Amino acid sequence: MAYTEDDLKKELETKEYEYGFYTDIESDTFPVGLNEDIVRAISKKKEEPEWMTEWRLEAFRVWEKMEEPEWANVRYEKPDFQSISYYSAPNKKPKYNSIDEVDPELLETFKKLGISLDEQKKLAGVAVDIVMDSVSVATTFKETLAEKGIIFCSISEAIQEHPELVKKYIGSVVPQKDNFYAALNSAVFSDGSFCYIPKGVRCPMELSTYFRINQAGTGQFERTLVVADQGSYVSYLEGCTAPSRDENQLHAAVVELIALDDAEIKYSTVQNWYPGNADGKGGVYNFVTKRGICETNAKISWTQVETGSAVTWKYPSCVLKGNNSVGEFYSIAVTNNYQQADTGTKMIHLGKNTKSTIISKGISAGKSQNSYRGLVQINSRATNARNFSQCDSLLMGNECGAHTFPYIEAKNKTAQIEHEATTSKIGEDQIFYCNQRGIDTEKAIALIVNGFSKEVLNKLPMEFAVEAQKLLEISLEGSVG
Amino acid sequence: MELKEKLVSSFLAFENTVDVDAPIHDIRSQAIKVFEEKGFPTKKEEAWKYTSLNSILKHDYSIFPKEENALDFKDIKKYFIHDIDTYKIVFIDGKYSSHLSETTHEKIDVCLMSSALTHEKYKPIVDNYFNKIARQDGLTSLNTAFSREGAYIYIPKNKLADKPIQIIHFSTGKESAQMLQPRNLIIVEENSHVQIIERHQSLTDNPVLTNSVTEIFVDKRAVVDYYKIQNDNQNASLIDNTYIDQQSQSLASVHTFAFGGNITRNNLNFYQKGEGIDSVLNGITIVEGKQHVDHNTLVHHTQPNCESHQDYKGIFDEKATGVFNGKIIVNKEAQKTNAFQSNNNILLSDKATINSKPQLEIFADDVKCSHGCTIGQLDDNALFYMRSRGIGEKEAKALLMYAFANNVLESVKIPQLKSRINKLIANKLNVNIGFDL
Repeated sequence: MAYTEDDLKKELETKEYEYGFYTDIESDTFPVGLNEDIVRAISKKKEEPEWMTEWRLEAFRVWEKMEEPEWANVRYEKPDFQSISYYSAPNKKPKYNSIDEVDPELLETFKKLGISLDEQKKLAGVAVDIVMDSVSVATTFKETLAEKGIIFCSISEAIQEHPELVKKYIGSVVPQKDNFYAALNSAVFSDGSFCYIPKGVRCPMELSTYFRINQAGTGQFERTLVVADQGSYVSYLEGCTAPSRDENQLHAAVVELIALDDAEIKYSTVQNWYPGNADGKGGVYNFVTKRGICETNAKISWTQVETGSAVTWKYPSCVLKGNNSVGEFYSIAVTNNYQQADTGTKMIHLGKNTKSTIISKGISAGKSQNSYRGLVQINSRATNARNFSQCDSLLMGNECGAHTFPYIEAKNKTAQIEHEATTSKIGEDQIFYCNQRGIDTEKAIALIVNGFSKEVLNKLPMEFAVEAQKLLEISLEGSVG
Repeated sequence: MELKEKLVSSFLAFENTVDVDAPIHDIRSQAIKVFEEKGFPTKKEEAWKYTSLNSILKHDYSIFPKEENALDFKDIKKYFIHDIDTYKIVFIDGKYSSHLSETTHEKIDVCLMSSALTHEKYKPIVDNYFNKIARQDGLTSLNTAFSREGAYIYIPKNKLADKPIQIIHFSTGKESAQMLQPRNLIIVEENSHVQIIERHQSLTDNPVLTNSVTEIFVDKRAVVDYYKIQNDNQNASLIDNTYIDQQSQSLASVHTFAFGGNITRNNLNFYQKGEGIDSVLNGITIVEGKQHVDHNTLVHHTQPNCESHQDYKGIFDEKATGVFNGKIIVNKEAQKTNAFQSNNNILLSDKATINSKPQLEIFADDVKCSHGCTIGQLDDNALFYMRSRGIGEKEAKALLMYAFANNVLESVKIPQLKSRINKLIANKLNVNIGFDL
């Protein structure tokens, strides 16, 4: 889709959160609260096999004994886990074979999101598995993918149709008891995506999923599992928008990536959930566990653009288990108004000759708090491990904060680690230079911020890069005073 | 009996041996309560994540010095910087040794904490300064509760301390295991200048645990140079808590040379309370064996136009572990702050470990703050270059390490101290290069 300057202008005029609408579809919602019965009920609802129900219950039992973590540099009112409904699915559930069968109201929603399905089909070869309130309602391009042997479906479908794969890999990177939110997710996850790329296959298109949170008072617990078999390649996109709500909504997703020998996974996220209004009221709580494991010669690359959510708690990580494996993390986190973000990555070097790169750009404006928290760990057997980290922060105004908490642990003498962090602001001379040439201050800031984030934006797939640039501009609007 | 219980139950006995009516009685009683509540830090606390005190807390330490032990100057001369004239405040097993010391009350006060805490004439100073910036954590409170002896240095307005001051704590090992808790108070008033060298030295292999607290007040335009030599033997552990309060346009620098000791933990805190302040924190760590050195620094910028510079170099061999945990906080009022932090480490063995955690917490927008951290090894090409020119492997390595640590060394302002540290480094690296390093 061509993106013109007029579009940008239109975007810039929209001061309020532009995706703040709510579709009125009757939902099939569970009573609020969480106990073993609810977990069983979710599992039953999804017609899951016995082992899956047990797996969920195991997670639930662990979760019950866990305490919500408090170490992150964020402050918020703790969600009451007993006042959340753990399952909601659009009511008119049958699987559609063609677009015409889809509830027109739903289609309207997608149109507002800019992912009109029929257009999408023709466009750029992107297959979209649209998740709306936890249940997948439409999957496109499935057949094209099937020809190559690629499995791309909802996780519930995968549990039914490919139980051996799911059973083997689910929880292998993020175990049920990994942390509080991962345990919660494992117990109650409603849906998500599953992707399997067979040996030696290069996925011909970017796979993408859109998440939305729609039903009032429903938490969203997505579970994504991507398995790239030996020598395969996949690029996976994840983009998110959510309607405006005053009540805080909780999102606790888990993403697991498995890159077997010589495989490569590129996982890109654009997150633009409702950040709350200018007074810090409302907004989504985003507590996500993302982790990938790399076998020999494998590579995992995380790219994220975080502009939304009231509270973000997210550390996409790589376990570099195999020799010569590579982990990358490119991130832009923008916070404005009262947003709080505590995000970063973990690079665990276990294999020999493993390499990791971390580029993190934090931009804070308004009264927001933006933290980078990362861990680089070189284990004693990880000979010749190499890490380069760079964390830059940009501050706008003196009511926001930028924080860096890097942890660097080296247990091998051949390790080479470099870590660099800087904090600065947009120079007055830079703005003046732009003003002088007829670029107004707001545009100038957008320009400078884009330049600041360029290293990360460049890593995004084309479609996302455009979207991400727009997002950066919208999120920082009105932050100059 | 656990050390904590032993300390708490000994407190009453301790109070009886000192003057119960002393003005700081209330402060002491309050502090022991804080210690009773908080206890010794454990690895569960974020600031102690990488350092466990368990191995050194298990000894049955004697808590009070029982008798005065004497030492012959010729036996311990080597621990002094003896080739220049200095004031000396010497303690043996926690007791002041008058015959080894050289103090003064002329123009400046270089004397004892015990007299400052008990004499009426010092009361206003104790009221204004004692325990005012020390953090109320478990270890510092423990020291406060048992505070009795240490160095008291007072430099009034517009005075230059005419020679450096050495503070040395010896432990003789007459007790099988000994815990020492020195407490120092240093006040440097407007436009004054002082240089201080501090050292802890154990003379036997009996375990020693030192929990030291130093409060330093640096008034407007004053200059303080503080050098800590930590080259103790392998059974001595040191927890050093230093708190520095800086007023406008003052300059305080602390150099820490950590070469010895079993577990060494440095809590070094700078609080900047005026404009135009400069704080310098430098350190060289060279350790091997099972030594553990933990540098925990804090620089808190609260006012505009200030600077801080941190530079820590570490070389770790055998099974040594090193920790660097540096934190810079910039308040939102502290515009135009320049804060720099760098931590470079070399690992020489597969069993050595480094944990580095350089943190920035920034609330002001018009600042220049950066931190850098590297972990690596000696450059093979450089080694090859030197070896191909006839320099032995050991010497070549030592030269590279020496060069690595050199820019910290360059900033030492007392030449005799600098050459002493050079010798210590050469000893530590076990080389004789044939010229004075």
